[in-house]
Amino acid sequence: MSSSTYVQLVDLAKYFGKVRALDGLSLDIAQGELVALLGPSGCGKTTALRALAGLQELDRGQLIVDGKDVTFQNANKRGMGMVFQAYSLFPHMTARENVEYGLKLKAHKTAGDKRKARSAELLDLVGLSTHANHYPHQLSGGQQQRVALARALAISPKVLLLDEPLSALDAKVRTQLREEIRRIQMELGTTTLFVTHDQEEALSIADRVGVMRNGQLEQIAAPSELYDRPKTSFVAEFVGLTNPISGKVSGGSIEILGSVVKTLPGSVTSGTGIALVRPESLDVVANNSGNGKVAAASFLGASCRLNITMNDGTKVTAQLPSLDAAGIGAGASVSVSLLDMPVFVKAAG
Amino acid sequence: MKKSWGVRIWRWSIISVVGAYLMVPLYAMFDFSTKPFGFQDKGRTFRAWQIIPSQPDLMISIARSLITAAIVMSLILFLIVPTAIWVHLKLPLLRRPFELLCLLPLAIPAIVIVVGIAPLYRWISIHLTESPITLSGVYSMLILPYTYRSLSAALDAVDIHTLAEAARTLGANTSRVIFGIIMPTIKTGIINGSFIAIALVMGEFTISNILNYKTFQVVIAQIGRTNGNVAVAVSLASILFVLILLLAIPTKKRQGKVLDVDLV
Repeated sequence: MSSSTYVQLVDLAKYFGKVRALDGLSLDIAQGELVALLGPSGCGKTTALRALAGLQELDRGQLIVDGKDVTFQNANKRGMGMVFQAYSLFPHMTARENVEYGLKLKAHKTAGDKRKARSAELLDLVGLSTHANHYPHQLSGGQQQRVALARALAISPKVLLLDEPLSALDAKVRTQLREEIRRIQMELGTTTLFVTHDQEEALSIADRVGVMRNGQLEQIAAPSELYDRPKTSFVAEFVGLTNPISGKVSGGSIEILGSVVKTLPGSVTSGTGIALVRPESLDVVANNSGNGKVAAASFLGASCRLNITMNDGTKVTAQLPSLDAAGIGAGASVSVSLLDMPVFVKAAG
Repeated sequence: MKKSWGVRIWRWSIISVVGAYLMVPLYAMFDFSTKPFGFQDKGRTFRAWQIIPSQPDLMISIARSLITAAIVMSLILFLIVPTAIWVHLKLPLLRRPFELLCLLPLAIPAIVIVVGIAPLYRWISIHLTESPITLSGVYSMLILPYTYRSLSAALDAVDIHTLAEAARTLGANTSRVIFGIIMPTIKTGIINGSFIAIALVMGEFTISNILNYKTFQVVIAQIGRTNGNVAVAVSLASILFVLILLLAIPTKKRQGKVLDVDLV
């Protein structure tokens, strides 16, 4: 355990009948860090979060927060602030009363004046000071989640737990609010665990992203490392897009599309393997005697996505800056080569 | 935008028809209760109303019925509502059996219930008390189907699981979750259920009559046998009383504050 470790999830296990929601999950979170758990539905990420909140009993494992074992502590004594996926504001209370609720209870009892000041401060922080006297039904979805965030932060939680808080919102509000969550989290320095199935969300705001699968952590790393240096084929394929291209592996390199590139640790070491190549690792230039033909081109603004059928029948997707893709349209002959970036190679078949 | 005349006329005609449907019987009762009934009366008279307080058993029976209604109400608030919330929240497997149990009194005719419980009440009146207030026991069973349905509908309409979990993470214990968060959230359902219960208790006749308890309705029936005008006057008075009661109950918020107390 490093000195800065604040939250420790040790070998957590939870079985629902035959389903292994958590199967030996271990995770350390440093103080003030924002860790996102990412994974397909049913991978156990929400179960892990609920276990830390005390809303889910465990079959095995230990939870340590700030040096104290909280495994068997009741949810109402743990001091975790949680924002839920579903709207969870108390409908009979105004925004301010919702924020003040936790401060009225025994666990975080605060005197009347301080309580008022605190709720005003937090509503201001989430940009809703003018809506303090509104009831939840008078607020939009995004506003409700902001109030829920203020309510969770009001009790100065040891850990802020976010259970897909943005998934019920529309795209624009979602992007805006996730940046705001990050701003507030940095400002207050609250240790945060964020669960999501949206990789863009996880990659854009987390210090570290943990990819979960079948109740276990596949890899946890900084977003750029996770994207550029996946340790397993699952991570490579789950995070971002990949083109599976087969080639011959030998001596830590693979030969594909006429180039030889290094393979990442954890890759297949010999024989035939399938390289998982990012669309932006492919370089495409117009060339009448090239090795492929553009099947479709879609303009995405700053970049352009090309669906290319190689001469051997392999289909690949490339993404390149719009300027470089100028003049390459559907039906164009192109030559596709590989930029010199290490790739992950999984076993063929 | 102004509503067209057609819409207005249509609206007002509906209101008038419904109003007449509700008010004409009340007026008829008033008319009947002010008709002369003694040899000395002529024209209109309020004698039937004036002699209400002197009717034997009447005032005491009203008090008894009100107390019974209050007991039934508190049983709803502190027993049935928390139980329904608990079942919805923690024991989802028991929901069906619980619902069936609550609907049972609807399927059993009142007379069958009376026959079934008569020995029990005979024992109670011999060994404990003869007070009709003991009827609150059987009444709180009779009201179950109505109260439970309105509670269940209210509980299904909100995501009480998330609300309960949010409250718990903020530091609320179970009693606070139930009384401070979920009960105020479903207060409309609770109020509806309670009104039905009060109406049922104040209007119940069969069981109390057969078991020989002098409740409000039984006494009205008794008076009706000797003096129709007074009986109708009392009935009208009771309807007006309940109406005033309904109007007096605050419909605007703040139910939450009253209920938001720490019980543990």
